[in-house]
Amino acid sequence: MEQPNLNYIKELAAGDEGFERKLIEVVQKELPVEIEEYLANLNNAAYLLAAENVHKLKHKLGILGLEKGYAIAIEYETQLREGNADLKNTFQSILNACTNFISGL
Amino acid sequence: MNCIIVDDEAAARMIVSHLCSQVDNLTVIEEFSNALQAMKFLNKNDVDLIFLDIHMPDFTGFDFIETLKNPPKIVLTTSNKNFAIEAFEYDCIVDYLVKPISLPRFLKAAQKVESFQISSAQPNVATSASRSEESTEKEMYINIDRRLIKIEFDKIYLIEAKGDYILVKTEDKNYTVHSTLKKIEEKLPDSLFLKVHRSYIINIKKIIDIEDNSVLIARDVIPISRSNRPELMKRLNLL
Repeated sequence: MEQPNLNYIKELAAGDEGFERKLIEVVQKELPVEIEEYLANLNNAAYLLAAENVHKLKHKLGILGLEKGYAIAIEYETQLREGNADLKNTFQSILNACTNFISGL
Repeated sequence: MNCIIVDDEAAARMIVSHLCSQVDNLTVIEEFSNALQAMKFLNKNDVDLIFLDIHMPDFTGFDFIETLKNPPKIVLTTSNKNFAIEAFEYDCIVDYLVKPISLPRFLKAAQKVESFQISSAQPNVATSASRSEESTEKEMYINIDRRLIKIEFDKIYLIEAKGDYILVKTEDKNYTVHSTLKKIEEKLPDSLFLKVHRSYIINIKKIIDIEDNSVLIARDVIPISRSNRPELMKRLNLL
């Protein structure tokens, strides 16, 4: 399975460690809130709202270097807009990997 | 060039702000997490450029653009590629960046913004010179499918309003541009052009003949409204 990484952040920072640290902190702060909101909407079968959350989460997956995860998020977002949550387990495992990764930074 | 960033995601604002810092002559003067705050700011402050997220709760980036009377240049930032076509229906939108944004792609957008600034500044020279004075501009640039095309004023026959678009008919070609008759009228030199009807501006040097309430230009018969006819007659070198 594709693993989260800091490739994008490091490329963007280009050696600016202060920026790198701050961006990681912002992701550490925002990601759990976005995941919590997404899960609440998913559990309430509020699929359209959950799709909005996935849309936001997609960017975080991109920041954490998950290209395949990003593509899955696109597909899942479309599914949710159609009232279908078939990819929820796959997406959850991506979110879990991100959570573990950022908490270890 | 000063700019603002509008995005509900803090990480996204931080990334765009950092990318802006890599570009000479581009200064972020403010960041907003929602469109409403940005609107209030824009009511009191001039900005050259907005980095705008399309997907925001309550108020989308497109809704936001619709509220702006004189929108500055806008670069959209989004995680959805599907908005690209809609984006380029707005004259003010210079580029469309898909998140996560890379530095090379951002620099390309910054270059585009700069070239748009230059091109849009040219017709403005004509405007600021005042329409009562003769402008020295001989051409203008129009945005067609993300290309800036030069049109010489003396080659334009007429301009016709067509809903949200205008049709610019020239000696060489016709161009459909997303703009208004009012907007292009401000860019055209008084000495050549006259609005003869609410839907038509004509190049008076291209008139072939005038009959009653219509004017023949190239192969087009254009109506002259009653209110515009006296001004047209005044402008003609009548024997």
